[in-house]
Amino acid sequence: MNNEFWSTMFVFVLASFIGLGVIRKVSRLLHTPLMSLTNAISAIAVVGAILITGGDYPLRIRVLGAIALFASMTNIVSGFLITDRMLKMFKTEKR
Amino acid sequence: MYAVSQIAYIVASALFIFALHWMNTPATARKGVYAGVAATTIAVLVTWAEPSVIHHFWIIGAIALGFAVGIPLSRVPLTAVPQRTALSHAFGGIAAGLVGTAEYYLRLSEGPEWLTPFRMTALIAEVLLGYLTFTGSIMAAGKLQEVKWVPQRPVTYPGQNVVNGLLFLATIVLAVLIARDPAAAWAPFAFPVIVFLSLLFGVLLIIPIGGADMPTVIAILNSYAGLSAVAMGFVLDSNLLITAGALDGSSGLILAIIMCKAMNRSFTNVLFGAFGQVQQAKAGGETKEYKSETAEGAAQVLEQSSFVVIIPGYGMAVAQAQHKVRELYDQLKKRGITVKFAIHPVAGRMPGHMNVLLAEADIPYTDLVEMDDINHDMPQADVALVVGANDVVNPAAHTDKSSPIYGMPIIEADKARTIFAIKRSKNPGFAGIDNELYFSDRTWMLFGDAKAVIGDLVKELSGGSGMH
Repeated sequence: MNNEFWSTMFVFVLASFIGLGVIRKVSRLLHTPLMSLTNAISAIAVVGAILITGGDYPLRIRVLGAIALFASMTNIVSGFLITDRMLKMFKTEKR
Repeated sequence: MYAVSQIAYIVASALFIFALHWMNTPATARKGVYAGVAATTIAVLVTWAEPSVIHHFWIIGAIALGFAVGIPLSRVPLTAVPQRTALSHAFGGIAAGLVGTAEYYLRLSEGPEWLTPFRMTALIAEVLLGYLTFTGSIMAAGKLQEVKWVPQRPVTYPGQNVVNGLLFLATIVLAVLIARDPAAAWAPFAFPVIVFLSLLFGVLLIIPIGGADMPTVIAILNSYAGLSAVAMGFVLDSNLLITAGALDGSSGLILAIIMCKAMNRSFTNVLFGAFGQVQQAKAGGETKEYKSETAEGAAQVLEQSSFVVIIPGYGMAVAQAQHKVRELYDQLKKRGITVKFAIHPVAGRMPGHMNVLLAEADIPYTDLVEMDDINHDMPQADVALVVGANDVVNPAAHTDKSSPIYGMPIIEADKARTIFAIKRSKNPGFAGIDNELYFSDRTWMLFGDAKAVIGDLVKELSGGSGMH
């Protein structure tokens, strides 16, 4: 196993610990919006899709990339929008 | 240029962490969304600016299409949020799967030496998790939407776990063979077999799971979608992908653990236990008598109480009754009655489902109380009003060792002075278990559609004291 493996593994383990710590503190009221938010965040796979779609590669490869890009983008757009739509509804007192 | 893009990715990773951190209270939560949007925008633009990216029209086209589908998907009614969430897990899964597939065939033709055993292992993990999440989430979305082609009841057959186990073993063996020699002559033909097995696996994993377990399943699929992004990060050597994916993966994991604890079950039991079978054996037997009450009578009792606890469940979502519940809440509040909502972690079809529906109906979130906190106050409650909840208030969880839900923490509605339970029909609930609560001498049933029954209660209350 080379250095690259160990440094990415390091990042993965630390990020998981941060994730566990941060998520544990998320209000239970907000578990549904949390899920749609993390959905949008994990659509960061869009990065991989852009590289494949935009690269100078054979057509069939780029078609796969474009479908993936479309799917990730759908998640980003709908994920963030619906999270915000739900969060707007959480109010403390009536006017 | 390399340094600039790396700094941008570090900023984006930090923003993602803040996005989740700000979700710890509703007061700052919207800031979290903006942080997430900023992080994603940075990541997309910086990647797009890479010199290797030259086909811009393709990217613009796919992004435009993503907006065209994404915007309507974000406007679904809130009762349909569980299906939407499952569907978006499917989108995330297929994206990871396709990128992995493209990456494999691309590298195979352009320089197989890039496919080191380490990258290949990560790539196969990405593909496996991606496609499995895709079909699994489609099945879950179908069950939640109650479409015809997906069976609602758990599908089980003898030896199911053995069949699934052998299939999984076959997949792993094939995966190891390809990872050891990704450029072998047979490998490009074996790769689609892995894809096929992963797709099949997603279906097989979900069909034995019933509707009541959906909150856990959705959380697990959420975790898988995140882990597939992590695997992609290992393939592309991208710390941003690994960080974002790990955040998502741990979020799904924590939610799944909370759901399992709230049902007093283990992961393996949810995934492989085929919950449905046990209960069907229990259904039937002696017939007991319900006491039913009219809206008029119930309204009188409500009017004379000083502390009312409303316990919502999936039935409230099905009947779209949350706005009527809000009217009832207003009527009671007007009389100076304390009204609280008792929220069980697994009420509804996904984590936090009830909170979102009640917030939509404009009920202040300060009146939404978690199970553990409300249970202390239940003996003081004059009335517990159960709106479309069933298993989460079933005292058999405390008393009946033979019950499949024995040991599950419940909202102790049975401790209240008077219990009103709104129920659509006299049949047992989704899980098919009889509920002792309905036969208690302090319980009165209000039969009918939740929306209609609460509407009648509101009518009685507003008619009686509309004067002041």
